[in-house]
Amino acid sequence: MAADASMARMALRHRLADRGMDRTLLLLLPAVIFIVALFIYPFVYGLQLSFQPQPGSETVQRYGSGPFADYHNFFADSYLRDTIWTTLKLSLPAALFNVIASVPIAYRMRGRFRGKRTITTILVVPITLGTVLTAEGLLAFMGPTGWLNRLLMDAGIADHPVRFTHNYWGVLFSLIISGFPFAFLLTLSYLSGIDPTLERAAATLGAGWWQRFRYITLPLLAPGLGITFCLSFVLAFSVFPSAIMVGDPAGQTRVISIAAFHAAFEQYDYSMASAIAMIMGAVELIVIGLVLGWRSRLYRGATGGKG
Amino acid sequence: MAAVSGGRRVTLRPGAWLVWGAVVFFMLILAGVVGAVVVDSFGTRWFTGWLPAGWTTRWYGTTWREFDLGGVLVVTLEVALAVVVVSLFIGVPAAYALARRTFPGKRVLMVAFLLPILIPPITYGVPLATVLYKFHLAGKLSGVILANLVPAVPFVILVMTPFIEQIDPKIEAAARMCGARTRVIFTRILGPLLLPGMLAAAILILVRTVGMFELTFLTAGPDSQTLVVALYYSVSSAGIRAQQEIDAMAVIYTMSMLVLLVVALRFVNPTQLVTQIKERD
Repeated sequence: MAADASMARMALRHRLADRGMDRTLLLLLPAVIFIVALFIYPFVYGLQLSFQPQPGSETVQRYGSGPFADYHNFFADSYLRDTIWTTLKLSLPAALFNVIASVPIAYRMRGRFRGKRTITTILVVPITLGTVLTAEGLLAFMGPTGWLNRLLMDAGIADHPVRFTHNYWGVLFSLIISGFPFAFLLTLSYLSGIDPTLERAAATLGAGWWQRFRYITLPLLAPGLGITFCLSFVLAFSVFPSAIMVGDPAGQTRVISIAAFHAAFEQYDYSMASAIAMIMGAVELIVIGLVLGWRSRLYRGATGGKG
Repeated sequence: MAAVSGGRRVTLRPGAWLVWGAVVFFMLILAGVVGAVVVDSFGTRWFTGWLPAGWTTRWYGTTWREFDLGGVLVVTLEVALAVVVVSLFIGVPAAYALARRTFPGKRVLMVAFLLPILIPPITYGVPLATVLYKFHLAGKLSGVILANLVPAVPFVILVMTPFIEQIDPKIEAAARMCGARTRVIFTRILGPLLLPGMLAAAILILVRTVGMFELTFLTAGPDSQTLVVALYYSVSSAGIRAQQEIDAMAVIYTMSMLVLLVVALRFVNPTQLVTQIKERD
């Protein structure tokens, strides 16, 4: 009997091993526990909290304590609802600009030439600046008495200081300064994964640089650009400190993360804050879903390069 | 043929000039932004004119004392090192299992590991902070470390999985043939082969954690602030503090990040790393 039982256990183990389940999978256990405890559980907790409006909060006074009251409050209040639009208006142009601008620069940076490492390093340095130095720098450099306005006025281009900071533009500049190096690095790596002989083959057939770019490089690069756009968008969408420091946090640049933070740590209405966080995640995932959906229709075969 | 190459010369050259012009323009703006802060941090008074009235280094001394930068740096280092060590311990074994086995539900698991990187930190940071406050972990060093682990562990898994896939499983099989046990395979065979990848992941996590604002901001208490958050609070309390002190502190932050990044770039070729990730999907 005992032998039978152990035989059966062995057989089960073999059958599981056939499907790739063996003791190696135990190595996944810490990571799975971790992700459930610190990511999925808080997320689900936040989700159910968002359906339980906090007693005594503004939401309950206005819309009662039904499960969707917090969401109702968000979409009924134009001051809250508009934060979605404000955030998209900042993050979409910033991500688009960073991706589009990095393509021609990365295109020039392929291959080996003198000083390539130096230029790459200089382009990567803004990663180290941090939002505060960027914000302080933008305020000092582009402020009304800053070097830029001084230069513009001395050159006679402007006759009074141009306002670059404490508005939409200040935040957009800060998103470009912090986001561009990242987009550039990703684009450069995707581009250097494309075999240059493909283009040379096209050149022998008489294709000009635009034709080569349009019909060979761009189609091969497009899936990578999709990913680059997504990651740049994630970075720009969560804009928070710079929207406060170089922006106009009560008006033009009141982004959705400011609204979430305000609800959680100034009004102590955690259910409203969770609702805002869920809406924020949903909006972001919709944009990413659209981009990835478009990407899945593109050619994603071998690019022939070292990658 | 001649017409094509002729046309190419004319169209390519202005394009190249335009691109390099844009790069130079970006760098000039960048130099202006950084230069303004650095100049201000060494200046005495700067209200009008191209440069401050005089030069001094005293702001660095006062900012160090008044913001207890020594203590803040210790906290930053503690958080970053703890996050690096724990995320490697959790992430590397998981990456090994994911690289070597296919099993039902693997795709779901991969999505679960990818989400913390794809969702903005504030979105999961707010519910996470709420949960941590419920368990009385927020406001303490442990809470800050736990919060920062959330994007770090998936990052290790994402970096290490393609790295492990590159190692031929036959090496492990050969070791097993010679009678090595699993523990020995890990310490004597895989460990040394994985060391460069783990080093790369560790340095990148270090840079990310030191620079991570949102999660630390949401969970830190007065004595568990890292450098980024202390810096942000010093900006919020501007008016009490001299502007130059904040700028000096920002320069200190950037210098320490720069050192980390230069060290990282010595070990990791950033473009190569992304190409490895690209192979996965």
